[in-house]
Amino acid sequence: MSATAPSAGPRALEVERIRADFPILQRPMNGKRLAFLDSAASAQKPQCVIDAERECYETYYANIHRGVYQLSQRSTQAYEGVRPIVQRFINAPDEREVVFVRGATEAINLVAQSFVRPMLSPGDEILITGMEHHANIVPWQLVCEATGAQLVVAPVLDDGQLDMEGLRARIGPKTRFVSVVHVSNTLGTINPVEAIISLAHEQGVPVLVDGAQSAPHMPVDVQAMGADFYCFSAHKTYGPSGAGVLWGRYEHLKDMPPYQGGGDMIRTVSFEKTTYAEPPQRFEAGTPNIAGVIAMGRGLEYIESVGREAMIAHEQGLLDYAMDRLGDIPGMRFIGTAPHKAGVVSFLLDGVHPHDMGTILDMEGVAVRVGHHCTQPLMERFEVPATVRASFGLYNDRDDVDALVDGLHRVKEFFG
Amino acid sequence: MSDLRELYQEVILDHNKQPRNFRAVDPHDHEADGYNPLCGDKIHLELRLDDSGRIEDIGFTGEGCAISTASASIMTETLKGKTVAEANALFDRFHHQVTDEASELDPSLGKLGVLAGVRDYPMRVKCATLAWHTLQAALEDRGEISTE
Repeated sequence: MSATAPSAGPRALEVERIRADFPILQRPMNGKRLAFLDSAASAQKPQCVIDAERECYETYYANIHRGVYQLSQRSTQAYEGVRPIVQRFINAPDEREVVFVRGATEAINLVAQSFVRPMLSPGDEILITGMEHHANIVPWQLVCEATGAQLVVAPVLDDGQLDMEGLRARIGPKTRFVSVVHVSNTLGTINPVEAIISLAHEQGVPVLVDGAQSAPHMPVDVQAMGADFYCFSAHKTYGPSGAGVLWGRYEHLKDMPPYQGGGDMIRTVSFEKTTYAEPPQRFEAGTPNIAGVIAMGRGLEYIESVGREAMIAHEQGLLDYAMDRLGDIPGMRFIGTAPHKAGVVSFLLDGVHPHDMGTILDMEGVAVRVGHHCTQPLMERFEVPATVRASFGLYNDRDDVDALVDGLHRVKEFFG
Repeated sequence: MSDLRELYQEVILDHNKQPRNFRAVDPHDHEADGYNPLCGDKIHLELRLDDSGRIEDIGFTGEGCAISTASASIMTETLKGKTVAEANALFDRFHHQVTDEASELDPSLGKLGVLAGVRDYPMRVKCATLAWHTLQAALEDRGEISTE
């Protein structure tokens, strides 16, 4: 089918080359070509990332920041060498602002506990949006429960856009912090974070941007954005699971108490008084995911080598193609049709439960996510129990979309 | 496609489209809500026991996937006239049938056997057992269960 379709854009030929970099895409699924359409949950890994982790363990692994022997020095260099890569990747002003964490979830919890919680009094407010992932809801509920602060939620419009007027009206004298998702994992909506940050900063309120879905798909410039904190997970940026980044302005980080206590985050320890290391080490207690962080760096370099402008063009082209083709299927209902949207398509098909679609599509070699996507309040907002979600990565092509559409026709045949 | 037919047998598709006993039971003496938070399935089950402790009437409402809807539908059909002890014994055999990948088809399950294909799909077992867990919650007056 794709042979007769117009070219996917200037990078169409590149996609084949990119696909060749991902070993898992060479493996058939149920005897069919794997159409992996769940990169918003976790992306597949290119060979260079797999090699980076293996190379670390096979040739130079040792614990970091402590051994005087060469292996430890090499591991330390490789690990610390990822900070400038991240700095460049998100255009951070200072590599000391790059804190390695387990992922975006830990980053948000860290900010909630170490930055926001100490400033909260009963009646204070934390503002989020109605399209947040549970990871950007529950950490705030925990600090609210502990302090008597209130969680305030900016509404979402019917097409999946953020209600900016509603958000503006909810930033007031009691607002202490705003935490907002950059790109919705369920709707694909790209939020106007610069405008949100301006509104908050006018009231002197700092802002965290949850970049779990933006870092893998678009250029990120934390300085141009104006954010106070930004975070993402390596496993969505083609790196390993269990590693991620919290970026925070140094002026905030330097005054924040540690999130966890342990080794590697101290200056001196005595039973009377312990003094803490400077950021970022202050927030990296214990032995970190050394090889994971190193491989995360390789994943970010891989994205840079593909080029993020080219990547966004490719994924937008696929999104448009998918919305067109899926929209032709009778009974199709999209959840999330904002004008500014990343490569995420959430939908329902009349008369068929998403779970049944997921199973049938799997048999056709098509991997999609079905369920609430860790956004239960958003599901309630749209009054649906679950959706099917197809999400794109840089290795997806029109054949993947065609396989999805063919699979959905099979679903309709079956349940029709 | 043959795999698909193995999982989604005609009986299942039929019960999904036209669930039996898809209604409230009035009056009822036991009820419970069952949730599968993973996929958003919800079921509300009501039943009435007669003087001898047999299930006189049973019905369900809610929304779910084809597997959970058909399972609830076939369960209500099967259980009418059974004692609570018989229902529990049936659930034990049914549970074994849908969870043990090596299990042979158990002829004593009757129509419930059409759900045996679920044993090859571990992610779908909770869909097939939601109604049964809800039944147990109703009989034990626990009010609400969640399969996560």
